[in-house]
Amino acid sequence: MPDIKQKAWRNDAFAKVTGKAKFADDLKFNGMLHAVPVYTDYVHARIEGIDVEQARNMEGVVAVLTAADVPGQIRWGQIQQDYHMLCEDKIRYNGDVIALIVAESREQALAAMPHVTIKARPLPKVLDAEQAMQPDAPLVHDDKGTNLVVHHKVRRGDPAEIDKKHDITVEHRFETQFVEHAYIEPESAVCVPRGDGVMEVYGSMQHPFSTRRFVAAMMGVSLNEVEVISIPMGGGFGGKDDTSAIVCARAALAASITGCPVKMTYDREWSMRESYKRHPYRVDYKMNVAKDGTIRAVKTRIVADAGAYCSVTPWVTWRSTVQCCGPYSVPNVHCDVYGVHTNNVFTGAMRGFGSPQMNFVIEQMVEEAAEQCGMDGVAFRRKNMLRQGEETITGQKLDGHTVSLEQVMDEVITAIDYHKKLKPCSRGKANGDKLYGIGLAVSYRGMSLGAEGKDFCAAIINVQFDGSILLESGIHENGQGSESAFILLLAREMGVNHDRIRYRRSSTSVIPDSGTTVASRGTLMGGGAVVNAARKLKSMMAETVAAQLGCDAQHIVFDGEHLRAKDSGKSISFDETIREMYQKQNFPHAFGVFKSPKVSWNEETGQGKAYFTWVYGCQAVELQVDARNGRVKLLNAVAAHDVGRAVNPPMVLGQYYGGMAMGMGYGLKEAVQINDGKISNDNFNHYHIARATDMPDMKAIIIENADPLSPSRAKGIGEPTNEIMAPAIANAVYNATGVRYYTSPITIEI
Amino acid sequence: MHTIINKKQITLSDPMLDKNLLEFIRENLDLTGTKNGCGIGMCGSCMVLVDDKPVQACRKTVRHIVGKKLLTIEGMALADGNLHPLQQAFVDAGAIQCGFCTPGMVLAAHALLLKNNQPSRDQIRKAIHNNLCRCTGYQQIVDAIEQAAHYYRSQRNTSMHTHKIQHTVADSTSQ
Repeated sequence: MPDIKQKAWRNDAFAKVTGKAKFADDLKFNGMLHAVPVYTDYVHARIEGIDVEQARNMEGVVAVLTAADVPGQIRWGQIQQDYHMLCEDKIRYNGDVIALIVAESREQALAAMPHVTIKARPLPKVLDAEQAMQPDAPLVHDDKGTNLVVHHKVRRGDPAEIDKKHDITVEHRFETQFVEHAYIEPESAVCVPRGDGVMEVYGSMQHPFSTRRFVAAMMGVSLNEVEVISIPMGGGFGGKDDTSAIVCARAALAASITGCPVKMTYDREWSMRESYKRHPYRVDYKMNVAKDGTIRAVKTRIVADAGAYCSVTPWVTWRSTVQCCGPYSVPNVHCDVYGVHTNNVFTGAMRGFGSPQMNFVIEQMVEEAAEQCGMDGVAFRRKNMLRQGEETITGQKLDGHTVSLEQVMDEVITAIDYHKKLKPCSRGKANGDKLYGIGLAVSYRGMSLGAEGKDFCAAIINVQFDGSILLESGIHENGQGSESAFILLLAREMGVNHDRIRYRRSSTSVIPDSGTTVASRGTLMGGGAVVNAARKLKSMMAETVAAQLGCDAQHIVFDGEHLRAKDSGKSISFDETIREMYQKQNFPHAFGVFKSPKVSWNEETGQGKAYFTWVYGCQAVELQVDARNGRVKLLNAVAAHDVGRAVNPPMVLGQYYGGMAMGMGYGLKEAVQINDGKISNDNFNHYHIARATDMPDMKAIIIENADPLSPSRAKGIGEPTNEIMAPAIANAVYNATGVRYYTSPITIEI
Repeated sequence: MHTIINKKQITLSDPMLDKNLLEFIRENLDLTGTKNGCGIGMCGSCMVLVDDKPVQACRKTVRHIVGKKLLTIEGMALADGNLHPLQQAFVDAGAIQCGFCTPGMVLAAHALLLKNNQPSRDQIRKAIHNNLCRCTGYQQIVDAIEQAAHYYRSQRNTSMHTHKIQHTVADSTSQ
């Protein structure tokens, strides 16, 4: 029997389990038109003309829009404004869109698609990031004068130590693949032009404020003329930022020009063709180790394929830079990370954000170095791991929170019985047809945005006259359960039942821009804002009834739906206090903000306090390799992560299991196939994500070392669970087969 | 020509028969709980039950439901409006995140449990093999279905029990 220890609670569970939750494509408005994008067969080409006349004359077609119809910016982007929302001069990758067809029905719009024709001159393509760095390579963006998007570095310690001969040197080249987010809901947007001149946007997107910037830029209007309204969305994993925002912007353009509501829903094939992917990395990695197993130096050169547009490549690659040595103390480091344009599909944020690639490398390097030292991988990790008060490779002293790497590792080792199971590993010697292996990996992860961006978040609590509470925040519900986590945090802080709180789905017009719901920052930053708002409200409420309770406001506690004087025990109910506030003409309304503690970065040296706190994690897997065909079957998986504090434990577990399943796909199954610049596996028949039968029952261990820098004491968990499954699998595959695989996904050749 | 959709009889006309079943459900019936995730029958977001058997609606036309019983997620809740125990188990087990796969997943599970009310965890995994979920890693979904199996067993016992009583009454009448 399953052991449902704690019944899960989510504010949106009823709506979702009954089919009542309305996602973007479920919305209908009177007079609504339908828009579809038009792609071309080109990968890199100069546009000489686009003919829309024939399409425009087709039945039901209301408009065919091209770059010439855009009143505002054609080009936009989060860091560099290089993304052509509708192409005007060039095609830079096969997912570029040259026109939108707007028709009375979707069928009519689809029918007109092949009737938009383009005249273009093909240009030489560049499809390999290394080649794109050569001086004679074709330029993806002529105006940039280079294909180089970004170059990050770390320079630490003594350069002589890095090149000098050491007792043991391990050196390898690793390659990782393009990965699709594969949210089950494809992109969709519905835009409604309002009578007051505001464009209302309902979209499947994970960042309403970024979406608003894209929409306002394309329409050439100010931010307050666009209102992006949060609705349920069917998964994001980092993938519903740029592309989703662009889909919203295009629908808004169509709505603005036609004056009608416009829906634009993507087919899976369009979504996979156009949307950004996880960056493929080519990593040359050299690790110098002393005979006693101490890591002396790391030299690495990393080339990330940014594809045709910049998106957030500088930020993704920055995290790879900061975390390029894993959670180990390394005195001498020389690291160069390059993000480079090619004519491939562009790459951007995906769960892990530059860490899954690096962990695939580091956690295999560590095992190999240990073996060459004649040491066990766990002992090697213990010897080199960062501990309380020690310095990371960027010179950040790890303090202010509990450095729990050894704790999480020990939890996993015990739970899976790692040492006992290491001995029977096959190491290439099959027992019958089966090879058995166990493997583990550890990581540390800087929380939230770190020095890559401004990091602050807002929440509003608005208590009604009857004592019921409305809560909203600048964090977006992506499916992870942020709304429920915030409700639970507020209920605990105020000492009330959570059923008196309703989460009000926010819009960009009522709450300040609180940044992206990314970087595992929702609970940490949004929760911090909720707690800070609650503390403000509590202080207002306590002031109101202090005289009545005969004590100072500071000596009033909130619990059991009451405010109680700590000493006398005299109390007044929450509801009465609220009525009292209204009587005194004081609104029980609080605005709370959480600003991240100070971080810093020096781009030249690659030194600084990169993140204000870190999460530590360990995962281990057992697997079986079929010696006849190389098929891998996972038998068991165990994970432990230090989440600071688990606000809604069943949802935390969901993050573990989901992250591990996605990580399994990264390690063993998933790769976007690009042939000559065109994606060939653009749907789930050829792009294989984890199915229920691919996963074993997993064990999730929640470690809670309350984080003093987080007002809610919680950190983040969405990404940590996804970033070490692939290296744990790689290490288990090695222990099973005796062969190391330096390329992901791992394909075992027999 | 008729079909029974969520226990209500609906008359179908000839021109409707070649319409895609998923579009018919979402657009003509406004039952938007059935989702479109891939359009090629590979993700299970559009799963509905036709005569208690799971069907990916995106791969069928309306013709497929003529004279049959169609169940969509909107027809799952109990007559009094409360959640069906299977739905409640999904909520309790934490099996819901983004919720996009949930309707199809619930219906796939319902089809399994109607057929087999004591499935092993492996049998549950096989039964939802055609339903993709990117959020949960499936574990809490499997937990939910295993938990809900209790209810299907108790229902079967109750209905067998009821059947027995009727039988006894019939026997006594005949005597």
